[in-house]
Amino acid sequence: MSLINYSSREINVKIVYYGPGLCGKTTNIQYIYDKVTPETKGKLITLATEMDRTLFFDFLPLELGKVKGFKTRFHLYTVPGQVYYDASRKLILRGVDGIIFVADSQRSRYDANIESLYNLHENLADYQLKLDDIPYAIQYNKRDLPDVIAVKDLEEELNPKHYPSFEAVAPKGTGVFDTLKTVAKSVLRNLS
Amino acid sequence: MVRTNWKVFEEDYWAINTILQELLKNSNAASVLLLDKTGQLISSLGDPPQFDMHGFASLCAADFEANAQLAILIGEKDFSTLYHQGSNESMYLARVEQNIILVILFDKRTTLGLVRLRAKKAVDNLETVIRRLYGKLEYENEENNEFNEEFVQQAELEIDSLFTD
Repeated sequence: MSLINYSSREINVKIVYYGPGLCGKTTNIQYIYDKVTPETKGKLITLATEMDRTLFFDFLPLELGKVKGFKTRFHLYTVPGQVYYDASRKLILRGVDGIIFVADSQRSRYDANIESLYNLHENLADYQLKLDDIPYAIQYNKRDLPDVIAVKDLEEELNPKHYPSFEAVAPKGTGVFDTLKTVAKSVLRNLS
Repeated sequence: MVRTNWKVFEEDYWAINTILQELLKNSNAASVLLLDKTGQLISSLGDPPQFDMHGFASLCAADFEANAQLAILIGEKDFSTLYHQGSNESMYLARVEQNIILVILFDKRTTLGLVRLRAKKAVDNLETVIRRLYGKLEYENEENNEFNEEFVQQAELEIDSLFTD
């Protein structure tokens, strides 16, 4: 839910990283945090378990320069991927402006991707939303690992509507900014 | 249902800040913040905080929402207020209309009773402003000249320069 404040000349938008457990959502945000200049980023908040698994969410505020006098701020969130944290995922989707689905390319995680994507559709439906209504991209992460599924096959199963998609190796940054840029631009285009 | 794409206009922003200013003064609180349920900060007044405001706002919203879910589990509709007591600093949170949260940070210069009393009046006043704002959004012209193609092109250039490896 974008918030436009005409008095303080600020625009805030919310982008959520979704996907199955251990697919690399937090790694995406961590890479972005490490790469952007200090003056553009706020504090990275991580609500994680002792095992570094996201418990509630990660949060990173990023500030664009002024655009036509408006200070534009992106709030990046990740959801916890594990199946039993569904209540948390639903809360974080509240007021979402753009979604990045991070899929794990490994063959062993094929079913987890499908289940998580199904869960995303279900949770959006609770807010009377559909993926078609929201700027969206899919990222096929972990492309450097052995035994990954061909992108063509992942596309067929996870992206039959051909939303923008990117191959990624999140710890190295491959595909991380390309995915974010696509969704961020689309979110701002939605304001016009 | 959460409102989508909502906007705060100049007149409403100042009306909100007048109410927050009065609350700050009458309650002896250290600072007050207003945010929406998605964690977006609308306004803040009082002592400049020593922490990241946007992170704080996102955590307050999450706190409120998590407690709302707990309320439902025990058979309540929600908790309209929350109180977190610290040894020096404390927080009082109150729901304003359905989608807004008022957060009051206070210390030993005041008491919970006074904060709660002043917050109740501020919530009533804020609800009047927020309802008026919602009314305006219902009738707002769809066309928005400020966010035209020129805005989009400039924003895209900024995004390209910010998000680089």
